[in-house]
Amino acid sequence: MSQAATELIRISGHAGMVPGAGLNREFQVCKLVDTTTCIGCKACEVACLEWNGYTFTETTFDNTYQTMPETAWNYWNLIKFNEHEREDGSMMLLMRKDQCMHCEDPGCLAACPAEAAIVQYANGIVDFQEANCIGCGYCMTGCPFNIPKFSPTARKVFKCTLCNDRVSVGLEPACIKACPTGCLHFGTKNEMKELAQTRADQLRDVSGFADAGVYDPAGVGGTHVIYVLHDAKNPELYGGLPKDPHIPYSVRLWKGPLKWLGNLAMVGGLLGLALHYMRFGPKKEEPIPPDDRRPV
Amino acid sequence: MSTTGSVTRSTAANHDEELIPRYSFGERVNHWVGALSYTFALITGLAFWSPYLYWLAAIVGGGPTARFVHPWFGLIFTVSLCWTFVEWHRDMEIDESDRAWAKAMPYYIQNEDDKLPPVGRFNFGQKLFFWGIFYGVILLLLTGVALWYTEALPWSWRYVRYVAILVHSSVALITIGLFLIHVYMSTILEEGSFGSMVHGYVTRAWAWTFHRTWYYQVSGKTRPKQ
Repeated sequence: MSQAATELIRISGHAGMVPGAGLNREFQVCKLVDTTTCIGCKACEVACLEWNGYTFTETTFDNTYQTMPETAWNYWNLIKFNEHEREDGSMMLLMRKDQCMHCEDPGCLAACPAEAAIVQYANGIVDFQEANCIGCGYCMTGCPFNIPKFSPTARKVFKCTLCNDRVSVGLEPACIKACPTGCLHFGTKNEMKELAQTRADQLRDVSGFADAGVYDPAGVGGTHVIYVLHDAKNPELYGGLPKDPHIPYSVRLWKGPLKWLGNLAMVGGLLGLALHYMRFGPKKEEPIPPDDRRPV
Repeated sequence: MSTTGSVTRSTAANHDEELIPRYSFGERVNHWVGALSYTFALITGLAFWSPYLYWLAAIVGGGPTARFVHPWFGLIFTVSLCWTFVEWHRDMEIDESDRAWAKAMPYYIQNEDDKLPPVGRFNFGQKLFFWGIFYGVILLLLTGVALWYTEALPWSWRYVRYVAILVHSSVALITIGLFLIHVYMSTILEEGSFGSMVHGYVTRAWAWTFHRTWYYQVSGKTRPKQ
């Protein structure tokens, strides 16, 4: 860490304690989306487009407030709308800001075959390096959240960077900057978890949402984007947020046991053939007995 | 032609060394189209298989190019295999005689070919290789299309991706095993085999030793198609 060079732990001829020696820095960043205070204004969508240099293009209207059915290679931030009818017959407009979750255990990275096309920074941000992307789409298979999207013109895959370029110079992500209600927060993972828990407790104890809770799924090792939901028991209501997201078992099998079994079989096969040749040698043709000599 | 060793042998008086046509020009060209397209699909496929083999992508010009050409090599191989099927499926039919040969396979592995029952144009091992590749390629093609245009699959169809990625790599591994055995046997193990796929001829002794039933057929009045 470059920051470590500015931190002193011993000072010669110094009386008393070393200032800042016991300092514990937290590198893990986190975005908190409080769906209960989101008003669906889409300022975050516009900020995302602006900061990342994309222009708005024609889209599909599906009779809801939603800008398009799902995120696109050039549209990384999308509010998903769901007109939810509750048990008592009342209506709730559930709105969730959908974007890359920046998993601690990223399925896209596990599936990717191209060297350094996907990296994970120490602060938790999972970032695509398009220069190294080969456009195979394996990340789309590995992701449990339907986030990486293929650009047919670039033949490469794109997704939210958690504004890595802003965060690395001490700014908050563009979407956070634009949010007018303060439903988006940005800070360290611990701070955000604490804040999310406080809000969830408030919703449970004061606002009557008995199932309110924090979405920070353990199946992918936790995420660097977490949600506060009124109904944490049914995350699917919020634009199809998976209840128990994890790297697909087939991807695990393919990148784990199958790979080692396959490598062993290929190397073992080559060795076996070499040993066969050394033990039994070439097959040679034999002379034909006179009886079997036939005229052509 | 007279400069190649085997053809020179045909002028020798020795009966055993006389040449019999085994593969037609068309069969040989098709074989090498298939061999090359499979090899390039293999090289590019292995590049995506393991980070330790990613450098193989450089052979075709790097990762993005490897990803672009891999499906096309697969398609060329499929076309070549279709033509092979048209040409050979009759010769590749597994029949009663293969059962006895399958039982005696250990003799074949130990190079005691004199203890094997006589075989026709192709032995049981070659038939297994052919049908293994044939059915393997059907699976590789089906799963390969899903991986080729993976972005065209809607999210609700994601299970197709999960199955495709696992089946494609598993079946590819099986064909690699078959491919390795095939290359080993036809280049260094069985002398005379490699040449027959280049110039199309084998010696009488080769045919008598390894494909006796076929030898009786072609050394009599029946001639193989040319």
